[in-house]
Amino acid sequence: MMAEGIFIYLAAAIVILSVLVITRSNPVHSMITMLVLFFHIAALYVTLNAEFLAAIQVIVYAGAILVLFLFVVLLLNLKEEMVARRYIGPWPLGVLAALGLLVVIVLSLKSFIPGPSGVFTTEVVRAETNTKVLGQILFTEYLYPFEVVSMILLVAIIGAIVLAKKRLRN
Amino acid sequence: MNFLEAAMQPGSVDFLYNIAIIVIKILVVFGVIMLHVAYATYFERKTIGHMQVRLGPMRVGPHGLLQPIADGIKLFFKEDIIPAQSDKPVFFVAPVISLVAALTSLAVIPFFDGFVIADINVGLLFVLAMSSLGSYGIILAGWSSNSKYSFLGGLRSAAQIISYEIAMGLSLVGVMMLSGSMNLTEIVKAQEHYPLGMFLFPQLIACFVYTISVIAETNRAPFDLPEAESELVAGYFVEYSGMRYGLFFIAEYTAMIIMASIGIVCFLGGWNGPFEIPYVPFAWFFLKLYLLIFVYYWIRATLPRYRYDHLMDLGWKVLIPLALLNIVVTGIVKVLL
Amino acid sequence: MVPLHWYLLLSSAVFVVGVAGFLTRRNIIIMFMSIELMLNAVNISLVSFSRYLSDMRGQVLVFFVIAVAAAEAAIGLAIIIALFRNKATAHVDEANEMKG
Repeated sequence: MMAEGIFIYLAAAIVILSVLVITRSNPVHSMITMLVLFFHIAALYVTLNAEFLAAIQVIVYAGAILVLFLFVVLLLNLKEEMVARRYIGPWPLGVLAALGLLVVIVLSLKSFIPGPSGVFTTEVVRAETNTKVLGQILFTEYLYPFEVVSMILLVAIIGAIVLAKKRLRN
Repeated sequence: MNFLEAAMQPGSVDFLYNIAIIVIKILVVFGVIMLHVAYATYFERKTIGHMQVRLGPMRVGPHGLLQPIADGIKLFFKEDIIPAQSDKPVFFVAPVISLVAALTSLAVIPFFDGFVIADINVGLLFVLAMSSLGSYGIILAGWSSNSKYSFLGGLRSAAQIISYEIAMGLSLVGVMMLSGSMNLTEIVKAQEHYPLGMFLFPQLIACFVYTISVIAETNRAPFDLPEAESELVAGYFVEYSGMRYGLFFIAEYTAMIIMASIGIVCFLGGWNGPFEIPYVPFAWFFLKLYLLIFVYYWIRATLPRYRYDHLMDLGWKVLIPLALLNIVVTGIVKVLL
Repeated sequence: MVPLHWYLLLSSAVFVVGVAGFLTRRNIIIMFMSIELMLNAVNISLVSFSRYLSDMRGQVLVFFVIAVAAAEAAIGLAIIIALFRNKATAHVDEANEMKG
């Protein structure tokens, strides 16, 4: 079964890459791993018929957010980072808490029952194209949230400039 | 169209047939574009040579016609020098990222009616996504070489590409609005009812913004600050030699061809021309491509290099507002008509 | 067809990896990347819900999550730059001046 095979490959790659992201000592290596990870997630979206989101995933996450991260990493002192301790002192506690969370989520998945199905089946979406359907819902039902998000982005731009700008006084 | 689901029909002969067709298309497109990349360098040296009243390459073959091949062989056999303090994995992977980011976009470009490797619905977004990856190759190459010149070149280039990417993306929004699609084939088909079969006149501002941002996006003169040879030696690839240097070179010229092709598809009517040329459906596309490549060289031979702050001012204070204005005007006109 | 539960398991695994990274690493940039991992895990489950329940609202939510992630990254990185300028460190356990 090809669909299962593709899913298993993508899932294994995503989990392994995300573990690599949080364990590398060099932040730049971490970032390259994350770039590959984002591509696998985009591929997963394509298998779920969400091609618009797959493109957005690459453009925004890989093309904008991760480049910002890379910029900041390059501005910091990497030589010191390579020899510094990677983890906080009580790191086993953190791993334990995360594993506890995993157990809770997996146990709750057992009793998960899917809700009622909507009208946008694969055939409907394919006839209209994914982008068109997404846009129609986004600009009718979710128009106000959309405006709010644009305000959040504007505030974030101004906030980032205010925070990162060099103080002229002192 | 979801390629995966189409290919996953179990046990069908069509599956293998489709794969074979796709592989053949990939090989043909790859071969043709590599040939174009090689001769784009020759064309550049000849064009600029004649513009500066020189002859350009003349030694290898008649009128220097074999020069690109000689260059390729030379690069291939050169010693591969790796700086001692460089970050080796990143150093190796950076040119590959550049090349892959440039070559992948070829998959969605329709060279003539019905000839496209992957006819996906979000073709235009795909091209934008891949072009935004190009900055990784450059910034990682600059950082991993562990050299001041290449690091400065990498930072400059990344800032420049990120800034002009916004203007480029916004300038294409008008095209998406007029054609109502992001599929490149449908964009070409939507232009047939417009004057000269092009979006050029309804989208004149967008075309202007796109042309300038593309020159900045591909790091060409007059926006070639990342590799400004008089101040940074060669920018982000100073420390690269041999075939790794060659990969950056191929990536740059492929990116030029891709960006020119997107310009042709979005503004110049794609494979359509004033009259049909029999038996050669791709003739108009390639004629337009050569014209645009010539314009790149023409601009390079004419204009001096921009200063860095002027470059940023132009991107953020002129091109992005113009592109936004174009979106508003296109929207109003589309609603009124 | 792949069952929906597989996607949910994958999503929870990535989320837990993100939580573990956030709780254990000292470097604030890696902690930020762990947050992005968690957001991506949520996106995976939203997109798979959208596909399996035939409802586009899941994808609209992913759209909003990505937009908010971009805003969060811009602010967060500005904070990191401010921290580095004042303390010359990117390690969270060294920014402890408010500790009594």
